[in-house]
Amino acid sequence: MASKNKNWEYAPSLETTDHINLKKKYDLFINGKWLKPTSKKHFNTINPNDEKHIAEIAHANHKDVDIAVKSARKAYDNVWSKMPANERGKYIYRIARLMQERSKELAVVESLDAGKPIREARDIDIPLACNHFFYYAGWADKLEYAFPNRKVSPLGVAGQIIPWNFPLLMAAWKIAPALAAGNTVVLKPAETTSLTALKLAEIIADSGLPDGVVNIVTGFGDTGAAIVNHPDVNKVAFTGSTGVGKIIQKAIAGTAKKATLELGGKSANIIFDDAPLDQAIEGIVNGIFFNQGHVCCAGSRLFVQENIADRVVRKLKHRMKSLVVGNPLDKNTDVGAINSKEQLNIINKYIKIGIEEGAEIYQSECNIPKKGFFCPPTIFSNVAQSSVIVQEEIFGPVLTIQTFRTVDEVIQKANNTPYGLAAGVWTDKGSRIFNLTTKLKAGVVWANTYNKFDPSSPFGGYKESGFGREGGMHGLSAYLKLS
Amino acid sequence: MKRVEVLKTYKIYSGGKFPRTESGRYYMAIDPKGNAIANMCRSSRKDVRNAVVSARKSLGTWSGKTAFNRSQVLYRIAEVLEGRKLQFVEELILQGSSKRKAITEVEDSIDRIVYYAGWCDKFCQIGSSVNPVSSSHFNFSTYEPVGVVGLLAPQESSLLGLVSLLMPIISGGNSVVLIASEAYPLCSITFAEVLNASDVPGGVVNILTGHYSELMPPLSSHMDVNAIAFSGLKNLKKDVDLNSVENLKRVRFYESSWNKKDAQGLHYITDFQEVKTTWHPIENIGGASSTY
Repeated sequence: MASKNKNWEYAPSLETTDHINLKKKYDLFINGKWLKPTSKKHFNTINPNDEKHIAEIAHANHKDVDIAVKSARKAYDNVWSKMPANERGKYIYRIARLMQERSKELAVVESLDAGKPIREARDIDIPLACNHFFYYAGWADKLEYAFPNRKVSPLGVAGQIIPWNFPLLMAAWKIAPALAAGNTVVLKPAETTSLTALKLAEIIADSGLPDGVVNIVTGFGDTGAAIVNHPDVNKVAFTGSTGVGKIIQKAIAGTAKKATLELGGKSANIIFDDAPLDQAIEGIVNGIFFNQGHVCCAGSRLFVQENIADRVVRKLKHRMKSLVVGNPLDKNTDVGAINSKEQLNIINKYIKIGIEEGAEIYQSECNIPKKGFFCPPTIFSNVAQSSVIVQEEIFGPVLTIQTFRTVDEVIQKANNTPYGLAAGVWTDKGSRIFNLTTKLKAGVVWANTYNKFDPSSPFGGYKESGFGREGGMHGLSAYLKLS
Repeated sequence: MKRVEVLKTYKIYSGGKFPRTESGRYYMAIDPKGNAIANMCRSSRKDVRNAVVSARKSLGTWSGKTAFNRSQVLYRIAEVLEGRKLQFVEELILQGSSKRKAITEVEDSIDRIVYYAGWCDKFCQIGSSVNPVSSSHFNFSTYEPVGVVGLLAPQESSLLGLVSLLMPIISGGNSVVLIASEAYPLCSITFAEVLNASDVPGGVVNILTGHYSELMPPLSSHMDVNAIAFSGLKNLKKDVDLNSVENLKRVRFYESSWNKKDAQGLHYITDFQEVKTTWHPIENIGGASSTY
């Protein structure tokens, strides 16, 4: 959709969809086969850009989950745990390669199903997902090097539940290290974004991975609960909201199940007066508007040093004018569709709260498509540390802007949150960067950059943003028993 | 005529001071024959909260010290304990240990402290990494202390169990609220005197005596405690897990027999560390541009 700002009008450049293969109806991928759900239920997945139906997805119930867990256990006992580690690694390499070969298709399906701009799916989500498999494949026969003086062994069956914001990437973050460490997997994608996980199931079947090593069961919260509560699951890995993370923690209390939780955030992005401003503006935009703000580590709380606040806000508003909001499949699109009606309602609720709290709102002037779920990039200034929109995770393209004078003040404000996933710091002064990166209580700190990810780089939070790390050498320990 | 012995009053250790429990209550420590050996403070929920405040306050000081400095402070603990060996042996015997076992326990405790003193400025080098990311960024991961740790000291031993879990936690820069063994509490308070004489800043380690059943709930549900460590008390695990949910405490449960020589290691330290990853652009590495 064209911007109202005439300088930024582009002719549409739509990605084609004729090359993608989608079935009308998807069953459950269990034990290497497509099984009809015993629930006999399917649900629709829609394109959030135009609310059109894409496919029918199976809704797994506790019986289906039980079948999946049993097949994962069988595969673990009979095949996967007995296979030499280097052979295990070669299967994971195969998956990475097959994903690379079909990356364009995966990108288009991701964009269709999740509403994310094709440019982001193509250049970020899918390559990172492929690379994650490639990276962890090589760890399979080198695990003992990562844990000096300890014996490593797999945990068994891993139950994994992933969110809708980076569907395939999250599947990769979960499956790749689990397999490399020698576990078998039952994975549940989010109900609004099952398709790329199901495409991955096809790739896994093509790779010749032994039956039952990876099982993909689709469904809703009840499906996830059945995985978490299944007595034969040894490991629970969850990415999603802090609220659900706590429910899971309660459910597995007192059991021997190992857990990693990758939860919410309200990350601070801090701009000092000596920062390279043009780059910082890009960092702010990337921090909060990347993937429509559906990013657990989004830089949703902006802190600007007081003496440059007016300039930064002016520049930011100018930059926001050139953001193209619209059809995710258009290669010009910067901000795509909100993932679901439900999420759009949540975002709008918070925008309303912000206005009612007396904050000053600015939304970029753009033509919002009539159909589909869209939210214009939104910033709020004149907010207080105690404002609801400053404290709670919105998970949308909504930024709050606060000012500060001193380093100590901004450290205190930035850390004053139950979350601790990420933070950004923008300054030209090296010693100040290290002062802040040391004192900010967050698992990932981006200095003079934001929202960068890599398979070799551990990701995960402090405090109520969850525990455990994904990615890198540190991501292995989540899937290993060390003794 | 036989000299009248001066008996010791056992108090708690909180914020670097030795107050009595604010509740004014006591419980009796007894020897294996059932004879009373001391009046111990029966600490309260309020004592737990005060101790957490002290631990939080001292966290910055302790975690902000250089690792080399922490190493020297821990070594100092071993030095002071070595000098007071006999006192601990006597207390252990009083609580039912044989002389030979008592000596072994104290000596093992001293050695364990020296072991962790050595780790202070080394564990970070082993667990840290420079991550070779596929973009023009310098990226590294390193450890940071998890924060305030609630430690339910092992029940079965008076000194070695406590030392075996406390030392790795403080060697990594955390501060601690420790609940002593309920049945064998004597050494914990005498050990507090050792800590107090060893340049461990006040508030880094706080030691309370009393009933587990009374002190575990407020400690494990306290919103300003970041992690809980305990061992052996399997029956408490579910409650500790549940109490820890609200602020997602890291719960570490061990089944180790602390008197074994190998009941020590790097992972007891890193279990109480967070991994922090930092990114920064590199100007034009390999001709590639990071843009920002």
